[in-house]
Amino acid sequence: MREIIIKILCEICDTDQIEKDPDIEIFREGLLDSFGTVEFLVAIQAQLGIEVAPSEVERDAWATPNKIIAYLEDRGRA
Amino acid sequence: MTPFASWGFFLWLPVPLVPALVVGLLGRGDKFRRWLVTLSSLFMLYIVLRPSVGALAQAVGFVVYSWILVRVYLVCRKGTGKKLRAYSLILFASLLPLALVKLNPYLKLDIWHSTIGFLGISYLTFRIVGTIIDIRDGLIEKVDFLDFVAFVLFFPTLASGPIDRFRRFKADLYKPLPAGEYLRYLSNGMHHIMRGFLYKYILAYLINKYWLAPLNHVFGVWPTLSYMYAYGFYLFFDFAGYSAFAVGVGQIMGIDVPENFKRPFLAENIKDFWGRWHISLSFWFRDYIYMRFVLKSVKEKRFKQKTTASYLGYLLNFGLMGMWHGLHLQYILYGLYHACLMSGYEFVKHRFKLNSPHKGLLWRSVSIIITFNLVMFGFLIFSGRLCSN
Repeated sequence: MREIIIKILCEICDTDQIEKDPDIEIFREGLLDSFGTVEFLVAIQAQLGIEVAPSEVERDAWATPNKIIAYLEDRGRA
Repeated sequence: MTPFASWGFFLWLPVPLVPALVVGLLGRGDKFRRWLVTLSSLFMLYIVLRPSVGALAQAVGFVVYSWILVRVYLVCRKGTGKKLRAYSLILFASLLPLALVKLNPYLKLDIWHSTIGFLGISYLTFRIVGTIIDIRDGLIEKVDFLDFVAFVLFFPTLASGPIDRFRRFKADLYKPLPAGEYLRYLSNGMHHIMRGFLYKYILAYLINKYWLAPLNHVFGVWPTLSYMYAYGFYLFFDFAGYSAFAVGVGQIMGIDVPENFKRPFLAENIKDFWGRWHISLSFWFRDYIYMRFVLKSVKEKRFKQKTTASYLGYLLNFGLMGMWHGLHLQYILYGLYHACLMSGYEFVKHRFKLNSPHKGLLWRSVSIIITFNLVMFGFLIFSGRLCSN
C-alpha cells in the first residue's frame, strides 16, 4: 500500500520529493492543493478501494505523506 | 442585542464564564463541559434574542426542526444507505428556512409581526448542512440531542461564526482538560479577547470614524480609491475583532474554536488569501461545495479537461458564497470576481509551473502587494459603492 500511495502522490504533485522525504509538509509546501487532493481521493478509490470523503480528514491530520499512509492503512484494516 | 457588539452582552458574559472558569480550574471539564455549554448557550440565546419574542420562537423552532431532520436522515441513512432522494429532500428542507430569509425582501413574510429570520440563522444553517452531508458520507452515525444543541447554538459563535464541524466540536465537548492545560486555554482566551477589543473597539472604530465615514458622500476616482482601502481595513479589523472575541470566549468555555483570520493581507496569492480570510467559511465551501463538485465531475468524467471541472467548481463555490451574503448585484459580482481570480491563478500556475514555494524576497513582496490590491478591489465591489452610482 505504501508504494502505491507514494507513487500516486508523486504523480499528482509532479515531483519525486515525496519519495525522498515522506515527512515533507505537502500542503504547506504548496505541493498538494484542493484539486490535487480530489485527484488523490479518486486515485485511492480506484487503486486501493478506499473511499474517503472530502470533509473526512483535516489537513493537519494529513499534513505529510507518512501521515496519509498511516491513516489509510488504518482505514484499510477497519 | 448583538453578541460582542453591545455592552449589554459583555455584562451578561460572567453568567456562563464564571462556572466554566471554576470547573476548568478544578480540571473537571470532561464531566461538566457538555452541560455548561448547552445551558449557557440556551441562556445566552434568550438574552440575545429576548427583545423579540418572534425571533426567539423562530430560533427555538428552527433548532427543533433541524434536529428532527437530522434524526430522520440518520434513520434513512442506516436503512437505505446513500440513496440520493432522501438526501436531497433533507438537504432541501434544511436549506429552506435560510432560502426564505434570503428571498424575504421579495416575499415579505412575517411570523407574529416579526420578519422571518433571526440573528445567526445563516451560520446555524452551515453547521447543520455540514452535519447532514457528513452523515451521508458515513462520518457521523450518532447525534445526541444535547451535543446537537450545544454545537448549533454555541453562544460565542452564534452570530457570525467561526463555523465549526460537528465531529470536531463534539470531541472538544468531552475531552479531558487538566487544570494546567485549562490555564493555557484561559490565557490564550484572554489574549484573544484583548485583541478583540483592540481590533473592533479601537482600530475598526478609528478607521470608520476618521477615514471611512467621511468618504461616504464624497465621490470621484481618488476618494473612491481611498474608500476602497478604508473599507477593506475596516472590514478586517471589525470582523477579525469579532472573531477574536468568539475564539477567546470559546477557549474559556473549554472549546478550541477554529481561527477565522491569519494575517490575510500578507497572502502571497489568491488561494493563500482564502486560507487566511474568513477561514472557517472558506474551508466550509471548499470541503462541501468545490471539492465535492470536482470529485463527482472527475469520477464521472463529465469534462474532457480536468481543469474545466476546477474552474466550474470555483464558479459554483464563489457564486454561492456571494449569493449567500445576499441576493444583491454587488455580492454576486463579488463572487464572480473571486471565481475569476482563483481560476486565473490556477491557470497561470499550471501554465508557467509556479510550483516551487521557495521564492526570493523580491518575488514574494511583489506577490503580496499584487494580491493585497486585488483583494481590496474585491472589497470595493462588495461594498456596493460601484453598483450604487
